[in-house]
Amino acid sequence: MFTANIKKGRIAAGVIAVGAVVALAGCATSDPLDAGSSDSASTDSIVIGSQDYYSSEIIAEIYAQALEANDYTVDRQFRIGQREVYLPEIEAGKIDLFPEYTGSLLQALEPDTTATTSDDVYTALESALPDGLRVLDKSEASDQNSYTVTEAYASENNLTDIASLKNVTTPIVVGGNAELETRPYGPATLKEKYGIDTTFQSIEDSGGPLTVKALVDNTIQLGNIYTADPNIKSNNLVALADPDGLFVADNVVPVASTKVDDKAADIINKVSAALTEDDLVELNSQSVNDQKSAEVIAKAWLDDKKLF
Amino acid sequence: MNLLVDALAWIFDPSHQTGANGIPTRLAQHLAISLLVLVVASAIAIPVGYLIGHTGKGRTFAVSLTGGFRSLPTLGLLIILALALGIGLEAPLIALIVLAVPPILAGAYSGFEAVDRRTVDAARAVGMTEWQIVSKVEVPLGLPLLIGGLRSGTLQIIATATLADYVGAGGLGHFIFVGQKTNDYPQMLAGSLLVIALALLSEGIFALLQKLVVPRGVVANQNTDVRTSSPRRVAVVGSPTEERK
Repeated sequence: MFTANIKKGRIAAGVIAVGAVVALAGCATSDPLDAGSSDSASTDSIVIGSQDYYSSEIIAEIYAQALEANDYTVDRQFRIGQREVYLPEIEAGKIDLFPEYTGSLLQALEPDTTATTSDDVYTALESALPDGLRVLDKSEASDQNSYTVTEAYASENNLTDIASLKNVTTPIVVGGNAELETRPYGPATLKEKYGIDTTFQSIEDSGGPLTVKALVDNTIQLGNIYTADPNIKSNNLVALADPDGLFVADNVVPVASTKVDDKAADIINKVSAALTEDDLVELNSQSVNDQKSAEVIAKAWLDDKKLF
Repeated sequence: MNLLVDALAWIFDPSHQTGANGIPTRLAQHLAISLLVLVVASAIAIPVGYLIGHTGKGRTFAVSLTGGFRSLPTLGLLIILALALGIGLEAPLIALIVLAVPPILAGAYSGFEAVDRRTVDAARAVGMTEWQIVSKVEVPLGLPLLIGGLRSGTLQIIATATLADYVGAGGLGHFIFVGQKTNDYPQMLAGSLLVIALALLSEGIFALLQKLVVPRGVVANQNTDVRTSSPRRVAVVGSPTEERK
């Protein structure tokens, strides 16, 4: 009898455990994004998404506030993730407006594209987007890969663009993530295209503080840093001009679904036209250096521009 | 399973055997970093551990200090150090030494504490000097535990030295970082497999060493502490990471 009780207890525990596992598995397979967008799909609000990147969130917030100022209702779905995660959501029509970067988006849609300059990329992007999606006007502001040097190094060697590195007589060390070494804009291409000899130094923080520090310390002479990184300004660095499109241009561009009507498109185009490269760096700096929220930064920028 | 086959194929691909990013170069860098850290960490931890073990003083302090150091996240420490010292070998060396000192220190002092008190008292009674007690009694009898400490320390060094390449210091971490960033998972797994192989090799060497250095006459777990008031612990031959509180 006693043992039978124990057995019953065990069976009950087993049933509970199995139940819990099933319940948990149910949680794991439900997509948290689904719930959010199906709720909003029933209303007339425009769903705005952003990358899981502070700069993208600020731009998305600007779009949101600009539309709200013109009596649109918006649904903010920010910080969704990286492109692999959110692109299918946009293609499925679950997000109506999304700040993107021309070059990176084009390469995600058409991996073997050869367009690199700003206009070429934009033209190619217009035709690469699936039906039901379009890009609005691109902004002058871009956030793209660059070769960055210190101001002192640039003036010492009369550097203006990437090609002028050829005149440098001292050894050049290029610093960046290890994968830079094999990228189409990496050291091999510098040698091939411009005849510039370099040695490579890996630093795995994607152009972050360690790369900046190495540049300032002159451990590396050439750093792979994003052009809208506020560290460039605050550390007296300069991104070398890239007239030949060694790096693919990454202008800020809104991707819109059919739910974004012409009036809304005009509003967003106005924002894109007003957003300059300096503005973008300044917006990023307010986030990184002053730790302000995207909401505050976006509001201040829109107030300053007096667009609406 | 396919991924594993791909990773093995990646390791044996002839084009990955040469150059600055070849497996031999990266393996050699990884070994050099690990050995250097092991030597420096031992040079710090063994004398201090022996001092604590012999005198029985400062044990509480050493336990809490090394315990605290053990809980430091190595990547965070590495980045803070690199921001101060710049990229290169210094930052990962210091970060890894901080990681490796606690287990070696624990091995050193617990090795001394494991020596039967009667043996030490007997040594003193026959007229051995303190130095002779240390060098002829405590060091040989404490060796198994010290080797255990070195063993677990080395394992942690080899596994964590993959972080060295985060600040450009080289090593097998390269394959893991590049693999991750470029979605080249066979390369990433290949890097991990090489680290695992290195770790297993060191485990093997230390296991052998641990067996060889146990002096004749020392049999694990047969020591008993006859002095009930002794501040020192009962002997346990094994890994000091399993040390008892």
